[in-house]
Amino acid sequence: MAELTELSLADARDGLRQRAFSAVELAEAHLAAMEKARHLNAFITETPEKALGQAHASDARRAQGDAGALEGLPIAIKDLFCTKNILTTAGSHILDGFKPPYESTVTAKLWQAGAVCLGKVNLDEFAMGSSNMTSYWGPVVNPWSRPGENRQLVPGGSSGGSAAAVAARLALAAIGTDTGGSIRQPAGFCGIVGVKPTYGRCSRWGIVAFASSLDQAGPMTRSVRDAALMLSVMSGHDPQDSTSAPLAVPDFEAALTGDVRGLRIGIPREYRVPDMPAEIDLLWQRGIDWLKAAGAEPVEISLKMTKYALPTYYIIAPAEASANLARYDGVRFGLRVPGATLDEMYEKTRAEGFGAEVKRRVLIGTYVLSAGYYDAYYLKAQRIRTLIARDFDEAFERVDAILTPTAPSAAFAIGEKMDDPLAMYLNDVFTVPVNLAGLPGISVPAGLSEEGLPLGLQVIGRAFDEATMLRIAGVLETAAAFTARPAPAGKGD
Amino acid sequence: MSDLLIEGRTGKWEIVLGLEVHAQVISKAKLFSGAAADFGAEPNAQVSPVDAGFPGMLPVLNRHCVEQAVKTGLGLEAEINLVSVFDRKNYFYADLPQGYQISQFGRPIVGKGKIRLDMPDGSTRLVGITRLHLEQDAGKSLHDQHPSLSYIDLNRSGVALMEIVSEPDMRSGEEAGAYLKKLRSILRYLETCDGNMEEGSMRCDVNVSVRRPGADLGTRCEIKNVNSIRFVMQAIEFEARRQVDLLEEGGTIRQETRLFDSGRGVTRTMRSKEEAHDYRYFPDPDLLPLVLDRGFVEALAAGLPELPDAKKARFIADYKLSPYDAGVLVAEKTVAAFFEAVARGRDAKFAANWVTGDLFGALNKRGLGIEASPVSAAMLGALVDLIADNTISGKIAKDVFAEMVETGRSPGAIVEAKGLRQVTDTGAIEAAIDAVLAAQAEKVAEYRSGKDKLFGFFVGQVMKATAGKANPGLLNDLLRQKLAG
Repeated sequence: MAELTELSLADARDGLRQRAFSAVELAEAHLAAMEKARHLNAFITETPEKALGQAHASDARRAQGDAGALEGLPIAIKDLFCTKNILTTAGSHILDGFKPPYESTVTAKLWQAGAVCLGKVNLDEFAMGSSNMTSYWGPVVNPWSRPGENRQLVPGGSSGGSAAAVAARLALAAIGTDTGGSIRQPAGFCGIVGVKPTYGRCSRWGIVAFASSLDQAGPMTRSVRDAALMLSVMSGHDPQDSTSAPLAVPDFEAALTGDVRGLRIGIPREYRVPDMPAEIDLLWQRGIDWLKAAGAEPVEISLKMTKYALPTYYIIAPAEASANLARYDGVRFGLRVPGATLDEMYEKTRAEGFGAEVKRRVLIGTYVLSAGYYDAYYLKAQRIRTLIARDFDEAFERVDAILTPTAPSAAFAIGEKMDDPLAMYLNDVFTVPVNLAGLPGISVPAGLSEEGLPLGLQVIGRAFDEATMLRIAGVLETAAAFTARPAPAGKGD
Repeated sequence: MSDLLIEGRTGKWEIVLGLEVHAQVISKAKLFSGAAADFGAEPNAQVSPVDAGFPGMLPVLNRHCVEQAVKTGLGLEAEINLVSVFDRKNYFYADLPQGYQISQFGRPIVGKGKIRLDMPDGSTRLVGITRLHLEQDAGKSLHDQHPSLSYIDLNRSGVALMEIVSEPDMRSGEEAGAYLKKLRSILRYLETCDGNMEEGSMRCDVNVSVRRPGADLGTRCEIKNVNSIRFVMQAIEFEARRQVDLLEEGGTIRQETRLFDSGRGVTRTMRSKEEAHDYRYFPDPDLLPLVLDRGFVEALAAGLPELPDAKKARFIADYKLSPYDAGVLVAEKTVAAFFEAVARGRDAKFAANWVTGDLFGALNKRGLGIEASPVSAAMLGALVDLIADNTISGKIAKDVFAEMVETGRSPGAIVEAKGLRQVTDTGAIEAAIDAVLAAQAEKVAEYRSGKDKLFGFFVGQVMKATAGKANPGLLNDLLRQKLAG
């Protein structure tokens, strides 16, 4: 039997159905892999007891003939999802010792479908970052490295632990969250598939909030089919989240027909940004050619507000974050650093509990909402956000989906770009507009850079049309035949 | 209007008042969570993770609270905004778990309305309502439980409030008092707020400024959280006088927030305008704009109860009551219902007198509300009937009523048991008159020689002889005939 950790989620599902192996064996294989790959620092909390307990229960259910869509499949959870009685950190010191008395809607759906929890994976603090460098729990190491070089690379962020765990075969799949690219960019950097669903497709209830109008949960997997399988389980209306859409969830796996004939694919002119490496441009062109060869029709489109997307995002997201993070005050949970007065306790707790990037964004957010600046920053950014969404609306009158690169570069080395937040923010130039418009986006591994690192292509779909987006991604995946993989875990010790 | 002006050393001043009332919505659950919203539970017994601001928790708007706000808006004859927006009002405090309060800033659910004040002289005055919006309450800090720490009770955190803001249309403490009474009356009629200021379910902030009559508005001070109508009136009196004195000494009023010290009857600076928070309001991204269907509003409008103003007009028209009596009777829905039960099929004016006179007197003496009245409306009605059909006199009725209050027995039973039935038998009264006149021959002679005033003396003697039970009308007629000889 092939190594169990090498299976795709769909193949593992089929193997379990055929009783080729048990859920317990599958869980044990992954727990062993996790142990060997601790140097990647992908997990903040490993939950072997929970995993084995769930796997035993899953095997018992299957024996009773009662199996869910993800029955017995071990996955990793970004440590931004609240998990009942399991440490939930958001990658921050300020949530010290916080064990939620509730389970997030998305993780509850996964367990309900039979999935097995391997643990909580690392992330940028409060999901703020594109490198996983801002985690209080230390950086995650990308399982990929440049051939012949031992410099450690970042996995991207903020769902860096999720991406690294899936790429390094520590989990069959993981879930992440995406506020400005936090699923798609690390998926691109780690050579896996990452989906940011339409805003409102998955419930945000129980996810530690970063920027409420942008945050979405999504799957991170090694194939488009696996992503579709996960997404079908994660999606659905939740009365506990007023922004979740009361829409039926299609069978996304069934949407993967491989047939994109006649689909019109928008190629946004404005995404040819200055200084974009030629290899990214080349990859993009290759993607266009693949889709054309499969019978789709590339159409040049204009998303003229693109250049304002990053500045708009860096006003709206911090503004919302500044309010969302006000609850971390040392009063009710997490870290408390005592002070002589209430204000002093706040100051000491928040000074010690938050890292530099979080502080930067809370300050920016507070500033842009302040009296006298609100109109010039926050209100203007909201107006531009509307215009960005209108750009997409107009484009989608002419096309069925949009194809872009996922990020303007491959993974960079740990420590790089840390002194230049603006350069870091540029990582999200292709992903951020999608969040601002609330649209679904997927990153598919499409090739290797000259340095031998994975590069991703992004497909952007119409709102709530993840099915078409996944179908196109499936065709790209087949055409790209991306079989490269990082060196097996454990090699780095 | 001129009697509302206050006299300073240098001339007359006019007080300008606007009120902001926080009215707790009557609702089983909180505004954005399913936790209970009852008063008086053990500390932190009614707190969901949403109310405690736990990570990842999201607000879900309580539909019932929206209905309550719309009903209140309709009761205030206000515009209902079919689209309104919830905003975050950001500030740090230990009893504000989220670090922001969800409120409505730019687009409240209810816009301009009005309220009619019933003044003690029977006149009415119109006061504008600026807006009504929904917001969540904060928790409570307890500073007296520990020498150096504060305790936090989050039971109140997230409870739905309606903030009702008036125009600066009031000119005296009396008007402010009348405003609060009328607002409370409307809220209670609608059953959207119990209006209990002692328990804090209705709280009042008062904006006070003074100006020379006809001049532009002066700088205002806001007096926070005054918790009774009497204190509101006291606070206004003190604050207006303070401002007048300061201005007359050549000083200027600083815009600031002040607290009322009910023990000493004074207001004190809480924070100046410079120290005021920058609340950084912005639309709450966790909540979509609240969009109401016109049909939803129309259905609520159709289901509104008769409100105090309409009831008062009806009492004046149908029962021929004075505006004053009608105003007193409609102030509380339960009193109005009691009165109507007594008045139905009877002399309404007479019924009103009994309710506002003897009944209110007895209730006040015992500190009881109408709900706890020892005399039911049916029993009071029966008493009125006994007077109307001459079974007892009005005077005897007072005694019977006192007995009813004491024992809770029916008036009929009391009259029978005590033999208080009026004597209407002509023969018996005649016999009593004859006996009195025979015994008082001298006085009869004096009367007949022109001393008319003695008539009352004879009435008294006959009443005494009949133990007060002689029908007074009959007695008068017969006595007059006999004396006329």
